[in-house]
Amino acid sequence: MNLTLRVWRQKNSITSGQFVEYAAKDISPDMSFLEMLDVVNEGLILSGEEQIAFDHDCREGICGMCSLVINGKPHGALPATTTCQLHMRFFKDGDTITIEPWRASAFPVIKDLVVDRTAFDRIIQSGGYVSVSTGGAPDGNAIPIPKEDADKAFDAAACIGCGACVAACKNASAMLFVSAKVSHLSLLPQGKVEETRRVLNMIGQMDAEGFGNCTNIGSCEAACPKEISLDNIARMNRLYAKALLKNKLS
Amino acid sequence: MSIKLDSKIPSGSVGSKWTKYRQEMKLVNPANKRKFTVIVVGTGLAGASAAATLGELGYNVKAFCFQDSPRRAHSIAAQGGINAAKNYRNDGDSVYRLFYDTIKGGDFRAREANVHRLAEVSVSIIDQCVAQGVPFAREYGGLLDNRSFGGAQVSRTFYARGQTGQQLLIGAYQALERQIHLGTVEMHPRTEMLDVVMVDGHAKGIITRDLVTGKIEAHAGNAVVLATGGYGNVFYLSTNAKGCNVTATWRAHKKGALFANPCYTQIHPTCIPVSGDHQSKLTLMSESLRNDGRVWVPKQAKDCGKTASSISDSDRDYYLERKYPSYGNLAPRDIASRAAKQVCDEGRGVGPGGRGVYLDFSASINRLGEDKIRERYGNLFDMYERITGENAYQQPMRIYPAIHYTMGGLWVDYELMSNLPGLFVIGEANFSDHGANRLGASALMQGLADGYFVLPQTIGGYFASGKGGAPSTDHDEFKKALSEIQTKTSKLLSIKGKRTVTDFHRELGKLMWDNVGMGRTQASLKQALERIPQIRNEFWENVNVLGGNDELNPALEYAGRVADFLEFAELLTYDALQREESCGGHFREEYQTEDGEALRQDDKYAYVAAWEFKGVDQFPELHKESLVYEEVHMTQRSYK
Repeated sequence: MNLTLRVWRQKNSITSGQFVEYAAKDISPDMSFLEMLDVVNEGLILSGEEQIAFDHDCREGICGMCSLVINGKPHGALPATTTCQLHMRFFKDGDTITIEPWRASAFPVIKDLVVDRTAFDRIIQSGGYVSVSTGGAPDGNAIPIPKEDADKAFDAAACIGCGACVAACKNASAMLFVSAKVSHLSLLPQGKVEETRRVLNMIGQMDAEGFGNCTNIGSCEAACPKEISLDNIARMNRLYAKALLKNKLS
Repeated sequence: MSIKLDSKIPSGSVGSKWTKYRQEMKLVNPANKRKFTVIVVGTGLAGASAAATLGELGYNVKAFCFQDSPRRAHSIAAQGGINAAKNYRNDGDSVYRLFYDTIKGGDFRAREANVHRLAEVSVSIIDQCVAQGVPFAREYGGLLDNRSFGGAQVSRTFYARGQTGQQLLIGAYQALERQIHLGTVEMHPRTEMLDVVMVDGHAKGIITRDLVTGKIEAHAGNAVVLATGGYGNVFYLSTNAKGCNVTATWRAHKKGALFANPCYTQIHPTCIPVSGDHQSKLTLMSESLRNDGRVWVPKQAKDCGKTASSISDSDRDYYLERKYPSYGNLAPRDIASRAAKQVCDEGRGVGPGGRGVYLDFSASINRLGEDKIRERYGNLFDMYERITGENAYQQPMRIYPAIHYTMGGLWVDYELMSNLPGLFVIGEANFSDHGANRLGASALMQGLADGYFVLPQTIGGYFASGKGGAPSTDHDEFKKALSEIQTKTSKLLSIKGKRTVTDFHRELGKLMWDNVGMGRTQASLKQALERIPQIRNEFWENVNVLGGNDELNPALEYAGRVADFLEFAELLTYDALQREESCGGHFREEYQTEDGEALRQDDKYAYVAAWEFKGVDQFPELHKESLVYEEVHMTQRSYK
């Protein structure tokens, strides 16, 4: 099939960018979206034009590196699917496809479709861990954990840190990402120990990075390729309120 | 230079070596540790766990990865699980049994002492990960669940749904981020290592390129740790991430580090087949599917174009059940893979390009019901449908083998140090623990064993030996290395030829897969050795790399990696040619039993082949480390 692409091209973080139109010809429905871009890039190089830069790595939906807004939707319109797992059979011959980077002031564009997501790492640095060092851990079965809790913790821990939630949110809020980590760790006895400090620090860092506030629209949940639930945000808000109160009382 | 391979294996019985080593090793005083800077390249399971643990111990750590965050390395894609000799099932498991299974699974080509240590520390890994909050699967009683995995008769595999690698990596990543917060680790994401710097015979730093600004920089340290993964992408198509490359280990090799057993490459039998020339990578489907699927192709090539349902049962060849009646569809990875290649070579493959075999669930669906199959494999069926557009409940899946893991890597001694003093190599990047074949759920175990428990101990011995000084980056060796890298980068940008980097990589990959892939012969290897230098020469004359050096330039990054694959491929092929036997992932068609099993030649090839670089276009020098089995007797693997 033949498609028209409108792709955001931006030389670097300083210059401003614009949409450039490209024809994507003879695209097979079996190609992944990124393979389609590979084909377009091969054509660009042969015609002497620099390839479109985009982030990608595992191409099996788990590393969280790929990050395109496709026709206005982070990772495209197919639910629970990363860009790398989106296939061209979901498009029609003659379609025009608009491709943009994640748009959020906390995720500045580096080049074309590549953005800087190190803000997420800094949020994890502020408390997204259990403070244990290697060695001296008790036996893995020393603390039984109800299966339901372990399963819920896993559901939250499935976050791949791609940033689609931020890109989908009109406020560019990172609440879904942060709450997934807060929930994952608070649901387990190992992580519960530090939950007060953790939730205060992580939310503090999230605000410092310039992410917006949550207004409970739920676009983040709809865009999340790993179906991380809004329940996590509710849980984090409870933990945050509790932590503020605890701090006040002590 | 004359090289003497000293594996530094401690004396004593195999079960006492690691204890003895730790009792006798020299220690670095806690106050002195902060005086040592350790450079860690790569932040997968091995690199992230090592960097975090070294930081916790008080060392100064500088960590590097080419991805935008240390959470993304390809360890994250491991599905199945991680082995540990916990014996929580009371089914007769023990450290010794895990040791023995790993040695046997590796087809008796691994070092006993290293493997026993791996089995010993496996139990601590689980404890450590649980303490970090890794959400392993649990039973209703709240205790950890286990599953069984290939090559073992006990249930010792711990798992977190089908995303064990992800959860373990996130655990190590969080430990690393904690150290970054505490200031012991300085993290450099989007930074690629391009050279190791040797000063007075010791590895004392690296040269990197900042992938965002293009700046080429020197970093000095007291030791360098490479945790840069495997080289499966030399085949172009593999289950590896697109970014996986051989550059760090290859450039260390060019500086004198020996490369061991590069011909040991593992093929995974159940991947989704190639759909066309546009294919950029292959996706693995869990091997567990073979528990309920029957593998077949049409008996006659003329039926290959028909739909599966229109081929009657009597016209189908269930070739694994026919050839291996007792193991049937559960034959080991290498045997199932080669059998698939054989029927496709006979023209009986199915799907686009004829490189695929059916994995048919209809019998299981009739017996157990579709709901049961959905419960067991629903996520895999969904993934398959997303990629192929086919519903595997209604028609058989198509599968084909693909390169998945590489057992070879830089040669290391018992302390995980290469033959270059101060250069340590951990995880998939080294050669040490899996011999000629890796068992399922052992890659995660090795990465974390090296990173959490082995390297952070053994590296102290190097520092305590007094050889651990760090020069400044003003040293001439750094300046020389910087200028060499700058020249190479400029060269790549100046060629402005007519072919893309991908085009060269694809050509190399196809050659390697056809000639040095699942089945290798003397003739196919010699043909590859003729062709590889030709492709390489054309690359340096006719590759087209656009853009500049002082910006984010994915084409330039990729060109550098493919340039290294074009050199490395030759070494892999030399190694496959000299090893005139079949063992594990290395199958020479001349050496097989009547049943098509790998036929080892223990009297001639029970050694580690460690290669010394002699120059591009020069034959490398082979050094041999004999494998001495004190504990285990070599036997023929049998899975009949």
